[in-house]
Amino acid sequence: MVDSHIQQDLAADATPPVSEVELSRREYRRRQQLKSVVTSLVSTIVLALIIVVGLKMSPGWPRVRQTFFSAEYFAKSFPEVLDGLWLNLKVLVVAVIGVAIFATLIALVRTSKSPVMFPLRALAAIYTTVMRGIPMIVILYLIGFGIPGLQLTKQRIDPSLLGTIAVIMGYSAYVAEVLRAGFNDVHPSQRASARSLGLTAGQTTWLVVVPQALRKVAPALMNDFISMQKDVGLISVLGAVDAVRAAQIEVASSYNFTPYVVASLLFILMSVPFILLNDWYSERLRKREQSGGTV
Amino acid sequence: MSEHTIADISGAGDGLVTTTPTPVLRLDNIRKSFGSTQVLRGISFDIKPHEVVALLGPSGSGKSTLMKCVNLLEQVDDGQIWLGDTDITDPRANQDKIRARVGVVFQQFNLFPHMTVLRNVTLAAIKVHHWNRDRAETRALELLDRIGMRAKANSYPDQLSGGQQQRVAIARALMTDPELLLLDEITSALDPMLVGEVLSMVAELKSQGTTILMATHEMSFAHDAADRIVLLRRGVIAENGTPQQVMDESEDPETREFFAHFRH
Repeated sequence: MVDSHIQQDLAADATPPVSEVELSRREYRRRQQLKSVVTSLVSTIVLALIIVVGLKMSPGWPRVRQTFFSAEYFAKSFPEVLDGLWLNLKVLVVAVIGVAIFATLIALVRTSKSPVMFPLRALAAIYTTVMRGIPMIVILYLIGFGIPGLQLTKQRIDPSLLGTIAVIMGYSAYVAEVLRAGFNDVHPSQRASARSLGLTAGQTTWLVVVPQALRKVAPALMNDFISMQKDVGLISVLGAVDAVRAAQIEVASSYNFTPYVVASLLFILMSVPFILLNDWYSERLRKREQSGGTV
Repeated sequence: MSEHTIADISGAGDGLVTTTPTPVLRLDNIRKSFGSTQVLRGISFDIKPHEVVALLGPSGSGKSTLMKCVNLLEQVDDGQIWLGDTDITDPRANQDKIRARVGVVFQQFNLFPHMTVLRNVTLAAIKVHHWNRDRAETRALELLDRIGMRAKANSYPDQLSGGQQQRVAIARALMTDPELLLLDEITSALDPMLVGEVLSMVAELKSQGTTILMATHEMSFAHDAADRIVLLRRGVIAENGTPQQVMDESEDPETREFFAHFRH
């Protein structure tokens, strides 16, 4: 046992001579690699050319460039739109916290088994079904114009608050279903084992089931988060001056659509870090699961 | 094989307890059905302090169901189970408190994959028995040291072999000195090379006086380590006696048949 280890170490230290066969294989692989790099470069250039030439050749291109990609309007609208983006960020932060709490509650209710919970369980099932069926913008209209219509308060309710509530209500339905799948995916033996240690049902859920479920569904949750990031822009329909609304105001005064491009760019920039994070995390999970084999 | 059976145990009755001690576990006429299938049809036996009882029987004889009833993972249909002075089948009893008094080791280890070895072992002590972290970790590291797993305290379960995981699971069950240790076919998911290391750990627990009820298929281990063997067949107790009485001297043809492939 020990001897064989030492032999292996020695073998690793002294570089053994490489056979002719291996050298020719390495040469072949190098050529293949070069070939694929050249191919991908060429195909990228060709595609870019087609797009550029296609745009240049279309009769309306100068108009479109002036209307959507005007440097002048870009610079003019940028500060206003960036200002509006702060509101989107604030709404996003609050909504993420709200969704995390509300969705977890719904998921826990839906996976509960106690008979006392039956009415709540039915309610949660109806809620997720209905909410996932309604377009986000309609939820925004219903909350944004419906709640003030009840005239519960004398003052005007801040539209960004109503928008946040609508986003939370809509997204909680999706996230709750993702979480529910995660809870169900944790093997019952884990629960049995926790209970037999004397942990209460609540402790078992929080210490054993939820952490394992979150790991399993993390990529799906991050995906929902990314799509929520852009959907907070929808609160503009209620009149809250966010990035989209700020752009809209600029557009209305100039009839130049560049501010929308500005808003889009800012939203893309905001989501890129999370998209990269999600890709990296999903890839890591995938590698870990496939660590058994490479094929 | 050696004759270290009932004699040892009755001799071990220390001077402090003079009369017959309260059994650690008493099963009284336990019945359990699933649908129309009667799985347990009146099971009664006692486990005395420091006794190691092996529960044997062919598949479907009710071993696992009986273990689950003792651990309150299944509800009995009739009869009573006493843990010390507590009737654990009483629906008014606090089930969490009762479970905390019994250590359980499962066939599939069931360690928590998102926690380190150390956290797995200390979890119940901290969350259920409200020990402070220092005390729990000191005790856990001492236990891990004894089973040769101290170096793995900060590893995650998926970094351990099956035998190592099962040893950690046993340490987790022993952490708060349970009154009774339930071992539910703890070697069934291990390859033959790893069975030995787990069984020698059980033998060590026996020598320290742990009271154990184990369901097992390891005949020779049951023969050597158990003080008593309870043989289940079709939901009733077919035999209840020392390993010699049950495995070597039984006159019952079905019992002889069951142990036929086991020659020591």
